[in-house]
Amino acid sequence: MPEANLTIQWHRRLMDQLATTLAIICVLLVIIPLAAIFIYLVIRGVASLNVAFFTHIPSGSPGEPGGGMANAIVGSAIVLLTGSLIGVPLGVGSGIYLSEYSRGQFGRVVRFTADVLNGVPSIVIGIAVYALLVIRQKHFSALAGGVALGIMMIPIITRSTEEMLRLVPNSIREAALGLGIPQWRSTLSITLRTAISGVITGVMLAFARVSGETAPLLFTVLGNQFWSTKLNQPIAALPLQIYVYALSPYDEWHRLAWGGALVLIVLIVATSASVRWIASRGFAGSAR
Amino acid sequence: MSVLHRQQPVGSALTPVGENLRVVPRRSSRASRFADFSFQGLVWLSAAGVLAIVAFILTELIKGSSLSLHQFGWKFFIGSDWDPVNGNFGSVPFIYGTLVSSLVALIIAVPLSLGVAIFITEMCPRSLRGILSYLTELLAAIPSVIYGMWAIFVLIPLLRRYIGPALAKTLGWTGLFTGPIYGGGMLTAGIILAIMIVPIISSITREVLTAVPHQQREAALALGATRWEMIRVGVLRNARAGICGAIILGLGRALGETMAVTMVIGNRPEITKSLFAPAYTMASVIANEFSEATDDLYLSALIEIGLALFLVTIVVNLFAQLLVWSVTRGAPRRANA
Repeated sequence: MPEANLTIQWHRRLMDQLATTLAIICVLLVIIPLAAIFIYLVIRGVASLNVAFFTHIPSGSPGEPGGGMANAIVGSAIVLLTGSLIGVPLGVGSGIYLSEYSRGQFGRVVRFTADVLNGVPSIVIGIAVYALLVIRQKHFSALAGGVALGIMMIPIITRSTEEMLRLVPNSIREAALGLGIPQWRSTLSITLRTAISGVITGVMLAFARVSGETAPLLFTVLGNQFWSTKLNQPIAALPLQIYVYALSPYDEWHRLAWGGALVLIVLIVATSASVRWIASRGFAGSAR
Repeated sequence: MSVLHRQQPVGSALTPVGENLRVVPRRSSRASRFADFSFQGLVWLSAAGVLAIVAFILTELIKGSSLSLHQFGWKFFIGSDWDPVNGNFGSVPFIYGTLVSSLVALIIAVPLSLGVAIFITEMCPRSLRGILSYLTELLAAIPSVIYGMWAIFVLIPLLRRYIGPALAKTLGWTGLFTGPIYGGGMLTAGIILAIMIVPIISSITREVLTAVPHQQREAALALGATRWEMIRVGVLRNARAGICGAIILGLGRALGETMAVTMVIGNRPEITKSLFAPAYTMASVIANEFSEATDDLYLSALIEIGLALFLVTIVVNLFAQLLVWSVTRGAPRRANA
């Protein structure tokens, strides 16, 4: 065979190298903002964190030094907890339905609707919850924010739960039913149990996703400068407080906003890192 | 072969996994049958809840916007006058702002995310793959409000001092980069949106690319293609529809993105050719003015914008999912990393 046929023409090789270089440049261009955001966040954030940040509420007059975001941290926890209490049972329940019980058209419609709900802009969910709760109750409340976040969690948890349950081999269900265990017991203590780490992964991803959400909180929880832990009162929330402070003209509030942003991002990254850890050890990893 | 032993392809088909298992226990007591029945009812209810929520969002939006729907009709989407004081509402500046900022974002984000996806699936060494996909996913985990804050304190000063003047000098003749550079504006919003949608587009593109059968690559290589030719002919051509889907999903996200855009776009309901000029989007007008809207017509006009946003994002997302599905349906599930 003549050698010339096997060598690749120079322009083809050049094209190949050009494509590889361009792809590497793309990766760098994406990594750079990521690194820039994180580095800037850590530098500004760490400088503004202190004990008072976690134990005090914002000082009385705007821009006055001192004070912290304790009320916003606690408020966020309350709103997120309320959201999880709504989103997790409904999401896991409908995931179980889709994987174990659904047949025919209805399941397809639910699956489809969950995807639709997943794509709805969060601000629109905020409006809907405003119409449902805030207008009826005639005041903003932590509960309304929780409902909005819960609604956002449902489709994520539904689809991930369904996927994880589908990974459980059928022979396990057959074995359970063969032993005469009723189907609900088999579903809960055998199928769900087998897939539990995958299901938890989905729940935590949903939690991480909504924990930074600001738009649906704007006109549901409203924000609060003071301590409040009541579900039917306006409450402070970390992302909301960051938004207000970042747009304010005061350096002191900017400082608090950076601190808050660092706390938020640490929470989110820690959640997603533990998700990876669970996924790599648990069922989801071994099934593949 | 009995029905029970038939192997179901787990997770790929849309039939329930429990389908073949309708085994009725012979001696089921009344209590246990009741428990089964109520458990099934419970999970059915939560599934129906998903439908109910979407139906409820739609009805609330329609109910809330009825005043403005009656008052303005189609003129709402033609008028460009947004005047809360005189009760005159036209949404064109917001639609324009949403479309243009998303378009700018797509122009920046699409080549970047395709490059990243191609690099991760086709080019990079196995050891780098996991860490790179984790890093791009991390970009998706950053909350919108933090992007917005970073843009205010880092990106806007950069744009005002360096990038803006450079663009005005080199591309000023197009008319897109003229006028005073405030920093905040359409371009800033587009850039921040681009950073936010890169992880979505690239992760779905990655999924689509891995769904392309390996034989396609092997065949191209066997014919003597270089790696790039293999990618172009064997992979990208087969994944075209799915990549379009990924891009449209990114668009759907960009259209509805609220906080980061609100913080940087300048919030002025004007239509200007220059990308340096401040603008306004549908989502950010809701975010900014909803809690100030005191009279009913104002509120209802804002809710109508929300309704429009809701419908548009649904259509966009469905279309995108159809495209992605057309590529990935036959493929086996594979881990990303």
